Formats: sequence, structure tokens, C-alpha cells
Amino acid sequence: MTRTREPESKSKTSSPSSSSTGMKLIVPLQGVVQGRGGILLGSLIPCALFYFFQLYLKKRRRSNDKHPSSNPPSPSSSFPELPRTPSRSNLSSRGSLTGVRLSRLATTISDDDSAYYVGLNRASRDPYHKLTNPDGIIQLGLSDNTLSLDLIGDWMRKWGSGGDDGLSINGIATYQAFDGVDELKLALSDFMHQVMGGSVHFDTSNMVLTAGATPAIEILSFCLADHGNAFLVPTPYYPGFDRDVRWRPGVDLIPVHCRSADNFNLSMTALEQAYSQARKRGVKVRGILVSNPSNPVGNMLTQDMLYNLIDFAEDKNIHLIVDEVFAGSTYGSEKFVSIAEILESDSEYIDKRRIHIIYGLSKDLALAGFRVGVIYSFNKNVLATARKLCRFSSISAPTQRLVTSMLSDKKFIQDYFETNRNRMRQVHHEFVDALSKLGIKCAKSSGGMFCWADMSGLIKPYSEKGELELWEKFMSIAKINITPGSACHCIEPGWFRICFTTMSLEEIPLVIERIRRVVEVCKSSS
Amino acid sequence: MRVIVPLQGVVQGKGGLFWGSVIPCALFYFFQLYFKNRRHHHRSPPPPPPPPPPPPHHSPDPEPPGSGKLHPHHVQVLPRSLSRILLSPRSPAGPAYVSGRATSVARISADSPYYVGLRKAAEDPYHEVHNPHGVIQLGLAHNTLSQDLVHDWIHQNGTTAILGRGIAPYQPLDGFMELKLAVAGFMPQVMEKSIFFSPSQMVLTAGATSAIDILSFCLADHGNSFLVPTPHSPSFDGDIKWRSDIEIVAVPCRSTDNFNLSITALDRAFNQAKKRGQKVRGIIITNPSNPVGKLLDRETLLDIVDFAREKNIHIVSNETFAGSACGSKEFVSMVEILEAEELDRDRVHIIYSLSNELSVPDFKVGVLYSYNENVLVAARRMAKFSALSAPTQQLLISILSDTRFVQKFIEINRLRLRRMYNTFVAELKQLGIECTSSSGGFYCWANMSKLLRSYGEKGELELWDRLLNVAKINVTPGSSCHCIEPGWFRFCFTTLSEKDVSVVMERIRRISAATKSES
Repeated sequence: MTRTREPESKSKTSSPSSSSTGMKLIVPLQGVVQGRGGILLGSLIPCALFYFFQLYLKKRRRSNDKHPSSNPPSPSSSFPELPRTPSRSNLSSRGSLTGVRLSRLATTISDDDSAYYVGLNRASRDPYHKLTNPDGIIQLGLSDNTLSLDLIGDWMRKWGSGGDDGLSINGIATYQAFDGVDELKLALSDFMHQVMGGSVHFDTSNMVLTAGATPAIEILSFCLADHGNAFLVPTPYYPGFDRDVRWRPGVDLIPVHCRSADNFNLSMTALEQAYSQARKRGVKVRGILVSNPSNPVGNMLTQDMLYNLIDFAEDKNIHLIVDEVFAGSTYGSEKFVSIAEILESDSEYIDKRRIHIIYGLSKDLALAGFRVGVIYSFNKNVLATARKLCRFSSISAPTQRLVTSMLSDKKFIQDYFETNRNRMRQVHHEFVDALSKLGIKCAKSSGGMFCWADMSGLIKPYSEKGELELWEKFMSIAKINITPGSACHCIEPGWFRICFTTMSLEEIPLVIERIRRVVEVCKSSS
Repeated sequence: MRVIVPLQGVVQGKGGLFWGSVIPCALFYFFQLYFKNRRHHHRSPPPPPPPPPPPPHHSPDPEPPGSGKLHPHHVQVLPRSLSRILLSPRSPAGPAYVSGRATSVARISADSPYYVGLRKAAEDPYHEVHNPHGVIQLGLAHNTLSQDLVHDWIHQNGTTAILGRGIAPYQPLDGFMELKLAVAGFMPQVMEKSIFFSPSQMVLTAGATSAIDILSFCLADHGNSFLVPTPHSPSFDGDIKWRSDIEIVAVPCRSTDNFNLSITALDRAFNQAKKRGQKVRGIIITNPSNPVGKLLDRETLLDIVDFAREKNIHIVSNETFAGSACGSKEFVSMVEILEAEELDRDRVHIIYSLSNELSVPDFKVGVLYSYNENVLVAARRMAKFSALSAPTQQLLISILSDTRFVQKFIEINRLRLRRMYNTFVAELKQLGIECTSSSGGFYCWANMSKLLRSYGEKGELELWDRLLNVAKINVTPGSSCHCIEPGWFRFCFTTLSEKDVSVVMERIRRISAATKSES
């Protein structure tokens, strides 16, 4: 097209201007341009041409779509980013030259690989077994408690052979509430009363039961914040929070850094600072998410601290979510204080509607596979919505029956807690002792299932990179999976979370021996 | 003259022809991009849920950020109008913010007749002896006709079945491999076909609802939409819209076509949605359909696959009632279609409900079966939010591995379903109420337009209200299923005993007599 016009434009333009004939030739459509239209046509025509070109490409592609290739789906396409891969696909609004498109979330989720989950996967692919796989990876990265599994097993066998048909489903109504049957709620309220110090009464009408504590956190996040809002979380925090709160609810987590100098206790100044910084960035903070006893450090929130948190939440008009899944797994000198206890003793002055408790049986009763979680809230609106959302994660009937019978056996529960606490205390003591002989110190802890160990002396360089290198050494040389502090968003490098409740007393020497290997490798290389 | 050509300096420099065309084009392209982004921003941030009622809702603090740090308590001092104070999150008396989406979920479910009916029936359930004037539940697509068989099995085998190999601490959250294997063996038996199911393509979830939820999150972003033929299951709104925030674009099917799906309607709905600027990401079909009970034949399924391919969208085939298909027509699973089609399977995802098939709805076991590796990866990771409990899985493994029992169960369950369907439809017919012919599902789709006082949605809801409050039976009105013709109702009969059927009929007769005497 340009070509055919060229002679014409040449003849037209050559007469008025004498200086740069050769130059002029090169402007496309100069005839038109330098005619009347000027600026307008000069820009409009190339644009129009370009537009039709795009249109043509798009059409061509559509017919191509009928025979799509088997390439992997292109990731996100709604924002056609410019400097991007194969040729033309970015010109189209659909950007789906290849396979069918997934949601942005699905893409994020598939790419999300923190060391915590990588470790879990590697350990589950090659698990250690005393006889069948002595060179396998020992799993110390999962907050599981196998110390007292035998007690649970015994109880189940007795229950199974007792002849009492505990699973009899004849009584089950055809329409079951999604948020748990009343019998189980009653049993749980008694159980929680027992676990949380025996001075608090839990009202079943404030309870919503979910398939594990994980969905309980997710559902609460849905209820308390909108997409793009945020929660404040003291670090180091449980690595699972990232997935539970960020993925589907789309709520951001703002770290409030705690440091080793304070034994990782939360400071109100840091909280205030994180809050105002978030506000400055225009982020809407909707709540504080804390775990008590804390995961991974294992220290407790004192009564004063709880009061401070309540005041803070009230002052900023935000929610306070307390994750108390380790409430019954305490072994130390510090006393665990449930936030429910404070609410009960000081009920007049506190606006309970902003306080929500998360509990579950996976830790305290070592029933991880049973998937029983509890949202305990005083907010009627939150409860109403949570009950609706429970349809997506309800507990199946046989499990509800089984757990109801187990929790109603008060004698068993009491024995279990006594034995379990003793065993935990013993293993913790032995393990921390042995670690300190290797020169590894742990933060002071009184609850939870972990030691929070300081291995900063072993890392080089002193940074997240060094920490992950050491973690890799633990994986490949020592064949143990532990959680690096960076997965818990710890601000200081070199801390590791080691779960001690998945090993028995007899296994401690083996684990220590494996850790010694890494320590020696590190020492010799430096 | 020179001045008027844009960028003439550049143009007449070295670049010439090249720059003269590239620069305007690039400018134009960025201009387009800018517009597109702007439009995107307008739509994508959490589609503003209809303004929630004032008390629980608080808009963000209007004061400039940062000032809070300087004077934490100055807010109350500032002279403010009353409305301002109400809006301020700092006002100490106001309750903390509950998210907009939470408020809208609570409100929707409080108003919809489907949920109102379910609640009412749950609060005052009919019992032959204890509560003869209670509400009879016909609104829940659950099958309990053969629950007794499963109970007997559990009774005989003792509770030891639940213990299995004992309790192991850490297990995959997307279901035990043993159970997936058992399901892969069980599904072909239920469908009476020799289809191969690959356990590696399965994700087990706590109920089919969760499976749909997970799929919605995987396939579409906020504000995108799915095509769904209507009438559709009344619970879809909750499954898809509430949490994953995806729009449903209705593809209306009419009584004149016997509520069969037509590709023309599909195409029209797709184009209209596109014109409105909606991004359609997939189509959800239910086979056998809920609430009508229609089967999709091979032709239609192939057409749907072609349609999805042409538009480059996903197909979610909801086959949660697969085992209830009976009658003269053949049930064709999407899996069969794909066995023949090698190409382009990664857009197809299927949902099953093991608890429906086993007649134990409260076990809540769903199966997500997908051909898309990326979807499977994401779904496995999301399974932690709706994982099945270990005892239930153990119990199911034990039940499903008893092949003799499974065989017998499937036979008896099918017979009972068929008999109940025939009885129920015949009795309705005697009352002058016609049902569409159906070949599956736990329900029938009845035309009660003759009983409407006024032909319209209002008349339909008025009849529903009379059925619930006067006759004391809870049925699902067509409007809850987004049926475009008024006067249709869904009756779920699989939770009834034969004795209950006559009570239901007697209660309907009263309403129909009352309506007739009025006119």
C-alpha cells in the first residue's frame, strides 16, 4: 500500500519544499499527512492500520483455537504484560493460544513452595523406619504428637470391642447442621473447660465446628476481613498461616517482629509500629492473629500481655484472633492463660464481639487425622456466617460420633493428659539437654511441641541464604527434616523449629547423632 | 509544513519509515493497555457486595494515614458530624468490622426460600409418633433409602472397621491412596460400565460441595463467571457465589424442550455475557440434572465438549447423582466421552459424591476428578481446608472392599429408588400434578402451575409458603432453582418411607382442594 502511493506523494511534495526531498519520501503516507489532515491523520492512519492488524491476528487465532496445541496453559492473561514470551499471544485480550486458562489463585498456589512444605514432602517420600528404611528422613518438621498415640489406640480398641455400638447411625437425623452435632459440641465444651484451666465455661451456642483448625482459621479470615485487608501477626509464626489466610481469603499478613533478645516475646511498641506503618501504606488492618502457646517458639502470652492485646484491639477497633490449639500441650513452668478466662473474669469492660478463639483436637489429643476444629466466637454475625461457610468443611458423621464418645470418657481424658504431659516434659528435657551439649541453645519454652533452636553459630553467611544452606545439609547429610526460621518469617537468621513429640525417648540419641554430623561438617569447613 | 507531522524530527532523521509507523502504533497500543487496565481495576476489586446494613458495617477511618501515630486519641476530639462518628472505626462503642462478604453471605442465606424451608423443617421435623404435625422434609437431595444396609454392615463388622490399620499420625490431606483405589473400583460398578478411573487424578474432599468450591477457586478469578443451565441445583448459588465470588450466567431451558439443554441457548448466553463484559471461564453441567433428573446423551456431551473447545473454557461435569440413573435411557459419563477423545482433555473436571452413592449423606465424601495436572496440584493443596477425617476414610475403605456387600447394596438401592420414584410420581399424578419424565436423581420435578393463585414468581412463592406453613411440607420452589417458568417444584422423595408418602399426598391434597374451592 505504501509503495503504490509513493510516486504520488513524491510528485506532490517535491514542489513546495526544495530542501529535503529525499528525506520526505520516507514518511509513510506523507501525501495524506502533509495534505489537510496534518497531525490528526498522521497519527490516526497508522493507528488504524495497527488496529486492523491486531484484529486480523485475533481472528486468525480464534480459528486456531479449534485445534489447540497441548502446551501447558499460559499463566495469567488478563494483564497483557508487554515484554513477554512467544510472539503475538500478548496482543490478544484472551491470550489463550495454548490450553485453557486457570485462575490466578491456582497459579499462585501451584508455585507456592516454602521450605516448610518442601521439607514435609521430601520427608514423606522417604520416611525413616527403624527396620525397613533406616536411612530415611526423620520427620521433625510437623507438629504432630506421637508420644501418647498408644493410649488413643488402646481406647479405640476397647471402644470397638465393647459391644456398645458407638457408630450406630440410627439416631442421625436426615438433615444435619453443617457446624457439628450438639452432642459433640457439648462434649467439646466440657473438654475445653478441662484443658483451659478448669475455670472457664464454654457455651455451645458460640461454637462452630469445622474439619480441622486450618479451615477454622480460613473461615474466620473470610468473616473478619475483605480481600486485600490485613492481619497483624507476631513473628516467628506458624508457616501454615500464610496459606490459610492468604490463599483463598486473600487477606494479607503483616509481620510484627519479635526478637531473641526478648526471648521472642511480643512487644506492644512493635505492634503499634507495625500497625501505623501499615496504615501509612493504606492497608486496612482488620485484626491481630496470635497463637498462644506460640508456635514455633513455645512461650506463652502472659495475662498482662493478653490485657494489652485486648486494649490494643479495642483502641484500633480491630479483631483479636487467638489460636489456642496447643492449650493442653504444656509442660513448662509458665502457666497458660486462655483469653476466654480473661473474658469471663472481666466481662463487663470488654467488648467480647471482637474476640475469637481457635481450637482443635489435632494437637492436644493427637488426633491430627480426625480433623476436628472449633471456632469459638462471641460475635453473632461472625457465627452466623461461619455456620454457612461450614458447608465447605464439615466433619463427617462417623468421626463426630467417635470423638463424642472419646471426649465423654472423662477418666480416659484425664489419664491421657497426665501421661502425655509427663512424657512431653521428659522428652523435651532430654532433647534440649542433648542439644545444649552440642552447643545448640533453645529458646525458653513451656508449651507446644517444639524446640526453637538457635543454630546461628553454624550458618555462613549470617543470612537467610546461609540458613537455607544449613537446612539443606540437615536434609541431605543428617536426613532430618526441621523447619527453618525463614519459613516462619523469623527476622533473625539461624533459628530452627524442631518438633520433639514425634520421636520417642529411645530415638533421641539417633537424632542427636545425626545433628552432630551436621555440626561437625559445619565446624570443619569453617 | 514540517511541524504538523507528529514526531517529524525523529521521522525525518535516520529511522524514517520505521519509526514513523512504530511510534504512533506503540503510543496507541499503550493507550489501549491503559484503558484495559483501568477497566479491569474497576471491576476486579472485590465486587462491592451490596451495602450491608449500617450497624455491623464500618467504612475505613477517614482520617489521613499516619496521624494516628501522633495522637492516638485525638479522633474523638475532632469536631465531627454525627454520621462521621458512626462511620469511624475508632468510635469505642461501635462493634468491630465484619467483612462485607460475610455480611452478604448471612443476608442471602437468611432470605432465600430454599434455606428458610430447610431451617424450618430442621427445627420442627415430622415424626410419625413424636411429632405428627411437624414439617416433612422434601427439600434435601439426600438419599437415605438404603442407609439401613450400611448401618447393618457397620453393626455386623463392628466398629473395628473404623480402626483399620490403626491410627497413623501424618496422612495426605487429599485422601488415602487405598480409598482412592477403592473409589476407582466402585464408580464403574455404580455406573454399570467398564470405565477406567485413575486414582492419581482424584482428590477426595469433605463432600461434593467442597469439591465444587475448590474447582471454582482453581478455574476462575473473582468476578468471572460460569455458564450454568437452569433450572439448577438450589445450592449452587451458595457453592459458587458465596466464597469464590463467581457469577452464574443462566442458560435457560424450557418445559417445551422438556428442560433439555440446547447448544443454541448455550451459545446465546455466552455471547450475551461477553457483550456485558463478563469473562466466562467455564460451564457447569449436572448429569443426571438436578432438579429435573434429565440425562445428557452422548451427542449433547460431544457438542458441549466442542463448544468448550471453541470458546476455550472449562467443563465441570457434576455427576453426583450418577448412581441414581435408571430407566430406559443410558447414563453417559464424561469419562467415557474423554476415553475416545485423546486431545484436549485438560479442560474437563468431574465431581462425584461417594456419600450420595452409598446412601449415607452425612458421611460427606466428595471426589474431584480432573484431567488437568495444574488443577490437581492446586486442588491437592487446597484440600487441607476440607479434608476427610481418617476414621471415615478407614470405614469407607472397609466397606468398599467388601465386594459382595457392595454388589448387593447397589442392586437393592437401585430397586428402592426406582420403586419410590414410580410410587411418588404416580400418586402425584392422581392429584393432577404432572412431573417431567426423568431418569435419575433423588427428586421429581413437578408442574404445579395449576395451583398458583397468580401465574408468576409471586404466586409460586405464595404456594410454597402455603405448602410449608399450612400443609407442613418443605419443597423447593422453581425460583430457587432459577427456573424461568413459574409453578415448578422439586420434591425430593428419597428421605421418605413408603408410609410417609401417603401423608405427603394427603397434605398436598388439602392445599389443592383449598385452591380449587377458591376458584
